[in-house]
Amino acid sequence: MSFLVLRELKKTYGDFVAVEALSLDVQRGEFISLLGPSGCGKTTTLQMVAGFVEPTGGAILLDGHDLVAMKPSRRGLGVVFQSYALFPHMTAAENVAFGLEMQKVGRAERDERVRNALELVGLGGFAERYPRRMSGGQQQRVALARALVIRPHVLLLDEPLSNLDAKLREEMQIELRQIQRTVGTTTILVTHDQSEAMALSDRIVVMNGGRVEQIAAPQEAYERPATPFVAGFLGKTNELSGTARVEGGETRVVIADGRWASRRPIDGAVIASVRPEKIAFADCAAGRLTGLVKTRIFQGNHWLYRIETLAGQVFVIRQNGGEPMPAENDKVGLTWRPEDMALRAADGRR
Amino acid sequence: MSTPASDNAAPSAWLLSLPALVFFAVIVIVPLIMTVVLSFHDWGEYKGIQPVFILKNWIEIWSDPYFGEMFARTFRIAILVTLITAVFGAPEAYILNRMRAPWRGIFVLVLLGPLLISIVARTLGWALLFGGNSGVVNAALMKLGVISSPIPFMFTETGVIIALAHVLMPFMVLSVWAALQRVDPQIENAAASLGAGHFTTLRRVIFPQIVPGVLSGGIIVFALSASAFATPAIIGGRRLKVAATLAYDEFLNTLNWPLGAAVATLLLVCLVVTIVGANRLIERRYAEVFR
Ligand SMILES: Nc1ncnc2c1ncn2[C@@H]1O[C@H](COP(=O)(O)OP(=O)(O)O)[C@@H](O)[C@H]1O
Ligand SMILES: [Mg+2]
Repeated sequence: MSFLVLRELKKTYGDFVAVEALSLDVQRGEFISLLGPSGCGKTTTLQMVAGFVEPTGGAILLDGHDLVAMKPSRRGLGVVFQSYALFPHMTAAENVAFGLEMQKVGRAERDERVRNALELVGLGGFAERYPRRMSGGQQQRVALARALVIRPHVLLLDEPLSNLDAKLREEMQIELRQIQRTVGTTTILVTHDQSEAMALSDRIVVMNGGRVEQIAAPQEAYERPATPFVAGFLGKTNELSGTARVEGGETRVVIADGRWASRRPIDGAVIASVRPEKIAFADCAAGRLTGLVKTRIFQGNHWLYRIETLAGQVFVIRQNGGEPMPAENDKVGLTWRPEDMALRAADGRR
Repeated sequence: MSTPASDNAAPSAWLLSLPALVFFAVIVIVPLIMTVVLSFHDWGEYKGIQPVFILKNWIEIWSDPYFGEMFARTFRIAILVTLITAVFGAPEAYILNRMRAPWRGIFVLVLLGPLLISIVARTLGWALLFGGNSGVVNAALMKLGVISSPIPFMFTETGVIIALAHVLMPFMVLSVWAALQRVDPQIENAAASLGAGHFTTLRRVIFPQIVPGVLSGGIIVFALSASAFATPAIIGGRRLKVAATLAYDEFLNTLNWPLGAAVATLLLVCLVVTIVGANRLIERRYAEVFR
C-alpha cells in the first residue's frame, strides 16, 4: 500500500466544486507536484492534506491511518506557505526551534537539530536574525528549515518559490530538489509553473478546474499528454488541423501541403499536436508542409521561429548549434517524425 | 525616507504645508503658550489677574496635598481604565478579526456605538442604569435579592472608571485590530502544523504580535482618560474631582484663572512625559521585530 493515499477527495463551497474526486497514491520518498492554473484547486487539496480545510468527501490515509479525523497539530506534516508565515517576533533559530519545543525535545538536542537544519538550508550564520531583516530567499529557507526540522512524515509546499525573482527561483529549485533528496522526505509541491514542476518532481498531477487531467512522470506527461489541456499547459505546442485516412494498415495524414504516415488508426478530420522543438527545417520538397518565416527571435541557446503555413501559424524552436539558420522571409519546409505528432479527432472523439 | 528626490522636493513641500502650519500655530501653539504664561500670573479675589511673574500658583500646587490627591486620582483612574480596556479590548479585537462578513460589520458598529452617541447622553445612560436606589440595574438586582444596598456608582471612582472604559474601548479595539491585520492569516495554521494547540498559538504566536497594538492603544486610552472632562464631570460630579474638572472649576467657579492654568499645564506636561516615555520604550523594545 502506498505511503500517502488520497481517495476520491472532494471539496465544495456551496454549489462550487473546488476539488472533484481527486485520487492519488504517493510512494514513500516521492516528490509529487500539483500543477495547474490559478484557481484549479491545488491549494485546497494541499490544505485538506494539512488539515486546514475539511474535505466534503473522500479519505486521506497516511501509512494506512485515516488523517481526516486528526487535528492539524497531530498530523506531523511540515508545511511551507506561499507567504512563508514565519513568526516575526522570533529569530530564525527560534522559528525553527518552535516545532521541536512543541514536541518537547530536550534543550541540547533541540539546539543541535536547529543548527543542523539552518545549515542544511545554507543559513548557518543567520540564526539570530529576525525574519523582517531577511531577504525573500532567506525567509523562504527559514520556512523550509522550520518545516523539515520536525522530521515530518510528508512535506507540503504551497508555491514556495513564487515570491522570488526568476534567477533566485532557479537556484532554489535546484537546492530544494537536492535537500529533498538528502533528507528523503515525501514531498507534495503546489505550483502553477510548469517548468518548476517538471524540474523538481518524480510525478506531476496536472489539474484543471478541480479535476485531475493526468498523473504521470514529467517526461511522460510532456511527450504523451493525456488531454489537449495537458499538451497546452506543459510547454508550447502547435495544434494543426488536417485529415486522416486509414489505407492498407497505415494512416495517411494530410496537413495542408504536408503528408505523413502514422500507425494510429484514425479516420476523418483530425487535429495534430506537435511540440515546437520537434520540428526541423528542410527544403521545400513535394509532400512537405511549407511556409514563410515571419519572425525569428534569437534567445541565446536557441532560436524561436514563427512560420506562416497554409495550416496556420507554426512555432519552431531550434537549438543554436552555430550552423546557418533560415532568415526572415525565407521559404522553408517543415518536417517531424510521425511519432512526435499526437493525433486526435477534430470533433473531440479520442 | 531620505532619497535625493525627496530632499529636492523639500522646499516646495514646506511651502505647500505652510497654510496648515500657520493654522496649527494659531489655534494650538499660541493658546498653549498663553496658558503657560498665565500660570505664572498673580490673582486675588479683589484685584483679579495681575500680569506679573511669580511662582505662587506652582508653589501652591506643590505644597497643598489637595492637588496631589487630585493628580493621583486622575492617574489612578487613567491606569485602571487602560488596563481594563486592554484586558477586554484585545480579546474583543481578536474575535472581531475572526468574524465572517455580515457579523463583523454589525459588531464593529456596536463597538463604535459609544463614540457615535453624545457623551452626555451616554453618561446619563450609565447614571440611569446605576444611579441611586432607582437606577434600573440596582433596582433589579435588589428586587432579585442579589444585593441588599445599591452598588455605589454615581460620584464614585468605580463609576468613572467603568464609564470611561466603555467610551474608550473602541480606541483599544481598533488599535489591536490594526495590529492583527498585519498578522499573516496563515500564521495560526503554521503554528498548528508545527504541533501547537490553540492556546499555545494564542500565547506564543498571536499575543506577542499584537502587543505593540495593545501598547499604542494603551497610550491613546491613557491620554484620553487622564484628560477626560465630561464623563468625570457628570459621574464624578463635584465630590469626585479629577485634574480636568479641577482646572475647569478654577477657571469658571473660583475664577482663579492663573491657578487653573497651572493645573492644566501640569496635566499636559505629565501626559506628554508619560506618552513620549512610553512611546520610546515601545519603539526601542520592538524596533528589531517590527519595522
Ligand atoms: N473559502 C472559500 N470559499 C469559497 N471558495 C473558495 C474558498 N477557498 C477557495 N475557493 C475557491 O476554490 C477554487 C480553488 O482555490 P485554490 O485551491 O486556492 O486554487 P489554486 O489552485 O490557485 O491554489 C478557487 O476558485 C477559489 O475561488
Ligand atoms: Mg494556491
